[in-house]
Amino acid sequence: MSLLGKKFKLVDDFNQAKNLAYHLLPSRFASLDDGRYMLSNEVGEYLVVDRPKLEAFVRKQVGADTDFYHDLKSKHFLFDDDSNVAIDLLALKYRTKAQRIAQFTALHLFVVTLRCDYTCQYCQVSRQTDDKHAFDMSEDTANKALDLVFKSPSPAIKIEFQGGEPLLNYSLIQYVVTEAKRRNFEHQKDLQFVITTNLSLLNDDVLAFCQEHSIQLSTSLDGQEELHNSNRPRPGKNGYRLTVDGIKKAQNFLGRDKIGALMTTTEKSLSQVKSIIDTYLESNLDCIFLRPLSPYGFAVKNQQAHKYDIERWFEFYKEGLDYVLEINKQGHRFVELYTQLIVNKLLSPFSTGYVDLQSPSGAAISAIVYNYDGDVYASDEARMLAEMGDKKFRLGNVHADSYQDIWLSDTLLDTLETSLSESLPMCSDCGFLPYCGTDPVYHYATQGDVVGNKALSGFCSKNMKIFKHVIGLLEDDSEARQILLGWVR
Amino acid sequence: MIKLHSKGNEPLSTITHEKPFIGKITTNPDLPHGLRSQHTLLMSSASDIPDNFGLVLLAHDEKCEAKENTIRLTSELRYLKEHDVIKFYPDILKIDALYRKNANHNSFLVTEQCNSFCIMCSQPPKDIDDHYLVDDFLATLPLIHPDTDEIGITGGEATLWGDDFIRMIQAAKNHLPNTALHILSNGRNFKDLDLAIKVSKVKHHDVMIGIPLYADYSQLHDFIVQADNAFDDTIRGILNLKRCQVPVEIRVVIHKENYCRLPRLAEFIARNLLFVDHVALMGLEIMGFAKSNLQGLWIDPYDYRDQLQSAVETMARAGMNVSIYNTPLCVIPEPIRCYSTQSISDWKNDYLDECANCTAQKQCGGFFSSNLTKTSNYIKAL
Repeated sequence: MSLLGKKFKLVDDFNQAKNLAYHLLPSRFASLDDGRYMLSNEVGEYLVVDRPKLEAFVRKQVGADTDFYHDLKSKHFLFDDDSNVAIDLLALKYRTKAQRIAQFTALHLFVVTLRCDYTCQYCQVSRQTDDKHAFDMSEDTANKALDLVFKSPSPAIKIEFQGGEPLLNYSLIQYVVTEAKRRNFEHQKDLQFVITTNLSLLNDDVLAFCQEHSIQLSTSLDGQEELHNSNRPRPGKNGYRLTVDGIKKAQNFLGRDKIGALMTTTEKSLSQVKSIIDTYLESNLDCIFLRPLSPYGFAVKNQQAHKYDIERWFEFYKEGLDYVLEINKQGHRFVELYTQLIVNKLLSPFSTGYVDLQSPSGAAISAIVYNYDGDVYASDEARMLAEMGDKKFRLGNVHADSYQDIWLSDTLLDTLETSLSESLPMCSDCGFLPYCGTDPVYHYATQGDVVGNKALSGFCSKNMKIFKHVIGLLEDDSEARQILLGWVR
Repeated sequence: MIKLHSKGNEPLSTITHEKPFIGKITTNPDLPHGLRSQHTLLMSSASDIPDNFGLVLLAHDEKCEAKENTIRLTSELRYLKEHDVIKFYPDILKIDALYRKNANHNSFLVTEQCNSFCIMCSQPPKDIDDHYLVDDFLATLPLIHPDTDEIGITGGEATLWGDDFIRMIQAAKNHLPNTALHILSNGRNFKDLDLAIKVSKVKHHDVMIGIPLYADYSQLHDFIVQADNAFDDTIRGILNLKRCQVPVEIRVVIHKENYCRLPRLAEFIARNLLFVDHVALMGLEIMGFAKSNLQGLWIDPYDYRDQLQSAVETMARAGMNVSIYNTPLCVIPEPIRCYSTQSISDWKNDYLDECANCTAQKQCGGFFSSNLTKTSNYIKAL
């Protein structure tokens, strides 16, 4: 009996839909663990359900007066004859997710030199010795590359200096920064710079220059001294000291948010994830990116990439994430970046800028690489592949080709066309599709095919495991959930 | 609680007004003659009554020689001050306080008609011709002090006036170029994009349209507002307004019928309507239908504290601007107390005896005067 006055109608009087006559909206599902499924819609909203519920939903047997029905309706897995605004909202959400494609290329990598003072075993670009200026980018090449940079419609432009060790060609970095800023008076983009450096050449002049132009630094820190120096050998065997001293100097001079570090996992790293993370804490870094080794460059030549499989790496990642969560539980905010990315993908209505997990592939759409010699590549991995002798993903050269030639090249368009998860075998019906992406260069490098067989794909295997693990944490571990939600941007 | 209307005023002379008179209050008996006819002179002590004022209000009980249009003000309206605006009804001797310069909110009811029939409506709709309310608002606007931070338009459903609705926004912009305008609407009529475009074309400098959304799916929202298709219309209205870059606030009144879905509603808003400018989660005001339906609607705010916390945190994490309205601090979970605002208009805002011992009373929104007889069982001094 209603507790409201007589002039008020009952809740059932406002249901214009017939029971069990709902319409399904586009959705996918994937097995999560024993008995549970992750049900996701076209724009990435999800519900974790058991098998009977999943079956009832698909068979249109969910009663209209249940909470499950309301959840399905509210999260746009179904609509009924009472309301059709779901279609408008889905369209809006789809546009929001796809917005990055219209904005186009934001990240522009300048390989200013291939020279390097390190001799890392896993180096993904064949380094040259110190004195070969033939492997430096020239001002002329840089100018031509800048012409292309400012043709991008993206309102935000990030120029990242890569190497080799880019500070070995510091004068060109100074030139590009000054010249880009000069040109930006006209273009008024949100223009930022990053130098990816091992910090050995970091001195007060470089710091002052970074300060003046708000340049970010990104470095490599693989773990404690013994591991770092073994992964990243340098004549003098002082790579670790130079790196942690450089990090401290940059933090003090530029600010803690202006220096970040990346780690690369080798077989040797696998047993010491906690000490690697501790190294990051000791250096006052507030995040770590637990990365697998990519199958390019010296890593392949030296068989590094095959020495451990995805299963072993995932154990490493899980142990690392557990430790990171424990650090957060102790009241110290510390973020694992890949997990943060996945949580963002699961919970945010926006797409993330992360190049390696997009559909269509982020190659050339999100990021593009200008090599020292003016060759243009679809991604950093494409450049690494080229250094190994395979120029499949070379899009052109800044001296010979126009913006149109490069971005409308068959190489790029074919790559993009074959990189839409929505139309790829084993991806198109996967429940994790809205959060995943494709990596044509990876699949080409490992399987000789840009699409690749996902059953054999390390990329797929790794990401599936991480999705399941992170969703499991969000569902089952309320303390971890609170921490992970705090990482959403 | 302050009374905004009173009939207990006493005429001390002949009243020459035949129609209601809207005038701004002054306490300056020497006001230049040219300004006097549009002003109401407020005199708080016995002295000679000057000529030519539109109305003279005596806020004292001394004897004096009354001139034309002199009224002895009832004691419950003696809070009136310089710059306030009143409406005087000569036939029934009623005075309404239309605008009070020192009030924390000045809201103008512009119609009692509505196309919804919300089960907890504090201002139950009436199907009457009340266009005079629009005229009063338009007449009051030029008299409002230009330093006023914000004025509000409420109803009923103000958009039912069509072009007059737009005229009111235009007039608010023209007369009060430094004053924000807050409009309460159920948003349904904005499903017509043209109306949204008309609002945006006024280019009001600081307007916000407050629109209620009570549930994350249609059946429940439609039931609460007692109108089929209201959910779809309201969502489309919000989308249209934001498409035209008109600021929108979502207002959620929480009661027994919708508190369970509050966390899901927050997820729905954060996912679908992330671009709205403010979300207010509001306690129930026990007036009108909320009073007569109280048995079906009342839930102790303490009993929905978990849902409230989850909802606030979901939207705050998404970067949304969230506030908790009409809820005493002591029943709000500590981590989300910072989202609470003193939202209740001063004239209907009260506290319990218990509150006298509370160290947080200055930050607390307190109670609607109408709610004092039905408050949470968990009120305690902090």
